[in-house]
Order: sequence, then structure tokens, then C-alpha cells
Amino acid sequence: MREIDSNEIRKAVRDMAIAAAHDLEPDILEALLAARDRETGELAWNILDLLLTNADIASRERIPVCQDTGTGILFLELGQEVHIQGDLNEALQEGVRLGYEEGYLRKSVCDPLTRKNTGTNTPAVVHLEIVPGDHLTIRFLPKGCGSENMSSLAMLPPAAGTEGVVRHVIDRVLAAGSNPCPPMIVGVGLGGSFEKAALLAKKALLRPVGEKSARQDVAVLEERLLREINAKGQGVHGFGGITTALAVHMEIFPCHIASLPVAINIQCHAHRHKEIVL
Amino acid sequence: MSLLRSEPAFFDNLPEVRLPFSPEALTSLEAGQLVSLSGTLYTGRDQTHRRLCALLEDGKELPVDLVGQLLYYVGPSPARPGRVIGAAGPTTSYRMDSYTPRLLALGLAATMGKGARSAEVRQAMLAHGAVYLAAIGGAGAFLSRCIKKSELVAFAEAGPEALFRFEVENFPAVVINDLAGRDYYALVAAAKKKGEG
Repeated sequence: MREIDSNEIRKAVRDMAIAAAHDLEPDILEALLAARDRETGELAWNILDLLLTNADIASRERIPVCQDTGTGILFLELGQEVHIQGDLNEALQEGVRLGYEEGYLRKSVCDPLTRKNTGTNTPAVVHLEIVPGDHLTIRFLPKGCGSENMSSLAMLPPAAGTEGVVRHVIDRVLAAGSNPCPPMIVGVGLGGSFEKAALLAKKALLRPVGEKSARQDVAVLEERLLREINAKGQGVHGFGGITTALAVHMEIFPCHIASLPVAINIQCHAHRHKEIVL
Repeated sequence: MSLLRSEPAFFDNLPEVRLPFSPEALTSLEAGQLVSLSGTLYTGRDQTHRRLCALLEDGKELPVDLVGQLLYYVGPSPARPGRVIGAAGPTTSYRMDSYTPRLLALGLAATMGKGARSAEVRQAMLAHGAVYLAAIGGAGAFLSRCIKKSELVAFAEAGPEALFRFEVENFPAVVINDLAGRDYYALVAAAKKKGEG
């Protein structure tokens, strides 16, 4: 049994919230840089270049990369040998509240009916998984809603098959147009149940940008989707070019014999994420 | 890791246009054109639109005269002490579509955000002689530098969704819908299709 103090968790979440908003991780920076260097269109090239400049200004001057500093999404992997001293959920929420307040981040969470802002950017959405071991891994993914709003879930009939999945994903991505701030990362959750597919699609965004699925047939499908999406030529911000998406990440899970759930969670180019292991 | 090739000279050398647009400037804008905006604009997003249209519904006066103005869809992040504003890039425009024709009918001359507008908004723009521009989405830190003054005008209780007046300098934008009824997103799609044809 290992003890982790909830105060340590609160501090870690606060720091991650602030760091995520200001400092893009190397995976997304390298993907943007590679996309810029590949790009042939003048406007697309210059916008990608500007996005790199923007990331640099954000980090140096401590201004958020994007004003939409998102809803806080927390993924926790809690080792079953860990005992938390204090209230875990309170520590997570308080960490988010402190990070958004002290980091000058935008509070974007409101009541869905009255639309009244909670003023604290809480509650954050928490996904908790119990795993073997004595560590606690926390991933923080602040999710802006230009991209989140373009996400979708469909319960396809099994007869739709791989081709049906490909068509559905491409249709949804193209329909999103320039709304989600392309070049985007397309998270696909395939299989499971209604809620599992959605969660898989979001978890797919946690993978380092461009890292392929460990399963060969899934990796082939990811590559095909990326190629076909980019071949449509919507490009950076819908202004044309060869980079509508930076990556397609697909996570899969067995599903019912009657079902083929497919969820798509789109992430913008301001792909902010942080991870800590306690 | 050094990311910077240079300062983005491309965006420093765009044709300058004053805000609010003069009738001549408005007419001269063409879909696909990049411009550098300087002058005064107003901001508003979901909650400001909801409140503006509720006031109109009740026959009340708006807190600001929108005739001839540009309305920028943005919800800035809070300014650090000593700063004018936080990050302030565009939000997605379609969420304002249901409110926009009403404001265009009042005389609003231009809107700016990101993403395509509905057919109803495009028709209303044509009918009322208004344009739509896209700012660079996700470049909030860079665009923050182009905002020289920010003043709260109305709906303070809406927080980041309040109505502000900005003074901007060399704020880059792309003309999407012009007075001739052209739509740059549609032109890009059509050009791609033709290329494949």
C-alpha cells in the first residue's frame, strides 16, 4: 500500500491546467512543423507557420495558445495498491478551479439549461480506471468546443462493415469543414457500447500525435482514413491544401454481434494535453 | 526546439483596411482576400447575441449602435495584470447563425469568426450588403497582440461572453463572403473539384 496525499494531487492538477493552456507538447509541435514543411499552398503554409509562432508567443508570454481553454477532461489510472489521503474528487476539482483562476484561463463551463457560467471552470469531467501497481497517472486534456461540437456517434449496422465505417468518418470530418480549426486530429472509437465508443474516441486523442495503432489492420485503416481525408483538399482552416488532418487515431473494442458503434471525437490543432505520474 | 523560421512577415504585409469599413472598402473586399484590419470593432458570442435579440424582441434599445460596424465572435481569456487582454482568437460562427439575420437587418455591416455560415445568413448578407470574414482560429496568443484596447460595453454578467469594444491594429483576416455573394470556402471546394475533373 502506498499513500498519496490529495494535496499533492490538487497541486499537480492545478499546474497541469496552467501548463496545458500555455505550452504545447512536442508531439503536436512536431506534427505542425512537419505539416508546414510539407505544405505547398502559400496561405496554408503561412497559417501553419503562424500557428507555430502563436505557440511560441503563448509559451514565452504566458498567454493561452487559444482563448478557449476548454472543459477540463481528466483521465486517471489509479494503481490498486494506492491509498489516497483525503478526498480525490475534491482535489481534482479544486486543482482545476485553482489552475483556471490563477493561470488567467477562461472559465467556459455553464449550466446546460440556464447557460449560467459556474465561474470556476468546474466541474471537470473525470474518467477513472483502476489498474495494477502503486502509481497514479493523471492526464489532463482541456477540450475546446469548436472541435468537440463536431464530434458524433453512430450505431451502424454490422452490414455497414469497414467501408461503412470509413465512409461515415470521412463524411463527418468533411461536414465539420473549418469549424473545428483544422488541421485536426481525428479520434475514432470503434466497437464497445454506446458510451464505450465515445470514450474510446476521446482516449484515442491521448496517443502521441501520429503514433499508429499497435494492431496492424487498425493501423492500415488509420492511414487510409488520413489519406482520404487529406485528399479532399479542405486543408488548413478550410482554405485548401494537403493537410486537413494531422493524424487519425483509432481505438477499438469488441462489440455486440448486432452492433457496430463508431464514435468520432475531433481535436483542433491547439491540441493541449499534459500527463503526470505520481 | 526552434520552430521559428522568422517573424511571420506574410501577415505583416497585408493590405490595410480601416474599421468600421467605409462603403468603398466594403465594396472592394473580395472572397479569398487577406486583409489587415485596424480601427474599432465590437465583440459578441452566444450570450451577447441571445441578449441583443431578446432586447430587440422586447422593443428595447440596444446598448450599442451596430450600424456599419463589425461584430467579432470572440470570448477572450482574462487579461493578466498589465495586459490589454488574454488570448482572443475567433469562435465558430455557425452558432450565431440563428441571430445574425436580425442584426444584419439593423445595419450591421460585417461579422468575423471562423467556419461557414448558413444559407439564411448568406442570403441576409446579400440582402443587406454585409460581409463575413474569418480570423485565424487557434491563434489567440498572436491575435492578442493585435488588440490595443479593450473596453466592456454591456452584459458584464456574461463574463467572457460579454460585449466589448476593441481597438485593433494589423489584425489579419480572410474575406469569406463578399458583397457579390461569393463564398471562399465554396470557391476552395469548387477549385478542388475542378482540379480533379
